[in-house]
Amino acid sequence: MQRYSALNIARHAASGHRHWEPAWRQAAPRRRYRVLIVGGGGHGLATAYYLAKEHGITDVAVLEKGWIGGGNTARNTTIVRSNYLWSASAALYEKSMKLWEGLSADINFNVMFSQRGVLNLGHTLQDMRDIRRRVNANRLNGIDGEVLDQAGVKARVPFINTSSDIRFPVLGASWQPRAGIARHDAVAWGFARAADSLGVDVVENCEVTGIRRENGAVVGVDTSRGPIDADRVGVVVAGHAGVLADMAGFRLPIESHPLQALVSEPIKPILDTVVMSNAIHVYVSQSDKGELVIGAGIDAYNGYGQRGSFQTIEHFLAALVELYPIFSRMRLLRHWGGIVDTCPDASPIIGKTPVGGLFFNCGWGTGGFKATPGSGWVFAHTLATGEPHPINAPFGLDRFETGALVDEHGAAAVAH
Amino acid sequence: MLLIPCPWCGPRDESEFSYGGEAHIARPREPDALSDAEWADYQFMRTNPCGWHREQWLHTHGCRRWFNVERNTATHAIHAAYRIGEAPPLREPAS
Repeated sequence: MQRYSALNIARHAASGHRHWEPAWRQAAPRRRYRVLIVGGGGHGLATAYYLAKEHGITDVAVLEKGWIGGGNTARNTTIVRSNYLWSASAALYEKSMKLWEGLSADINFNVMFSQRGVLNLGHTLQDMRDIRRRVNANRLNGIDGEVLDQAGVKARVPFINTSSDIRFPVLGASWQPRAGIARHDAVAWGFARAADSLGVDVVENCEVTGIRRENGAVVGVDTSRGPIDADRVGVVVAGHAGVLADMAGFRLPIESHPLQALVSEPIKPILDTVVMSNAIHVYVSQSDKGELVIGAGIDAYNGYGQRGSFQTIEHFLAALVELYPIFSRMRLLRHWGGIVDTCPDASPIIGKTPVGGLFFNCGWGTGGFKATPGSGWVFAHTLATGEPHPINAPFGLDRFETGALVDEHGAAAVAH
Repeated sequence: MLLIPCPWCGPRDESEFSYGGEAHIARPREPDALSDAEWADYQFMRTNPCGWHREQWLHTHGCRRWFNVERNTATHAIHAAYRIGEAPPLREPAS
């Protein structure tokens, strides 16, 4: 791999930057691999990278039906945090947070991880009790967190509306200083480049059309570029997990919904943290380009169309203007929708399936981006050993049968 | 934005409705007789197709009645709305 460094930039400057290698090869699929990963989003590419790096398994292909950085990885609002209530979730998201903290150096690609902190606002007395409980739980799990009162919120976001006359007044917030944002498509590109440099084939424009099985175990997949055999197959297809499970002949407790987000025109720096509100239901941060990145909840209906309804946008823009009257006359530049696979307990499914050798990593709902490195790390372990790592063991598909759900609905400080 | 043809009120804006998820999931007659796997299938598993989907809607800000809709989850096209207890209207398989 050609390293990105100040020295190399200076060297290439001498030849007008015309001789940089492509970040990853245009690999054509071979007939057989030891491990196939279906889905070239951040989670799939991270899985491939950690398979190669941590487990020495490089006979791996990542199959992406479109192009790298064209799916949900580039369709989210880039928030990274680990302040989840339950210990199982805290372990998973904090593993991810620790990987984020060294990620740019590890993969030699600037993912622009910026630990600017996240505020999760409380608007009622019960919100504040829940926030105290969650921050205490976080601290017991070794995750940073503080409870702020209204003045503490105002000190960090001076223009937030703290009037007592609004429908849901701001009473306080939880504050996770190590949380922040990262550049989403750089995460996909960086992991693709790092995995490729370790020998993984990143195969774009290769859609999986069938999952071939013999005697209850997976033997390979059919793709738009021909059949490919494999010992193990990991499916990491946010937004289409149900479609792939249908190909493999089993059902998932997942419903796919549109999730919309918006970006405003760029303005001078005004918001140097991330603010989320569960009750009023909007979250916002400011990108390095100066755009406000705005998101909220899913559209209620099932949808695979990568678009949602206008009433949903109206709802979260009303919330934005209520909390930040100063933004009321801003123009919006872009608007998009992604497809999120939501689970009944708002936690992901990472582990075995009823088909031998076939593993699924799915159901991240609206919050998968933050988990990208950690998800890849635990899924690589699962694919390499055939068994879940202790961190992802609580997130098996069997929990819907045993009843051991990881119920993060409303518990995770997040607007689901 | 969807224009939903309520079987009682006619076509109305989506904002008048609430979504109720997959339709035609029958509650087991004898829940005690079900295995954990069968109960999980009833309680949690969903068909979640990319394409035609039969689903429940409630006309919350209208007649306040539940009904079923067959809608395409990829294109958001609505084939038909029909009352609870009625059979889904036929649809050309190719459409």
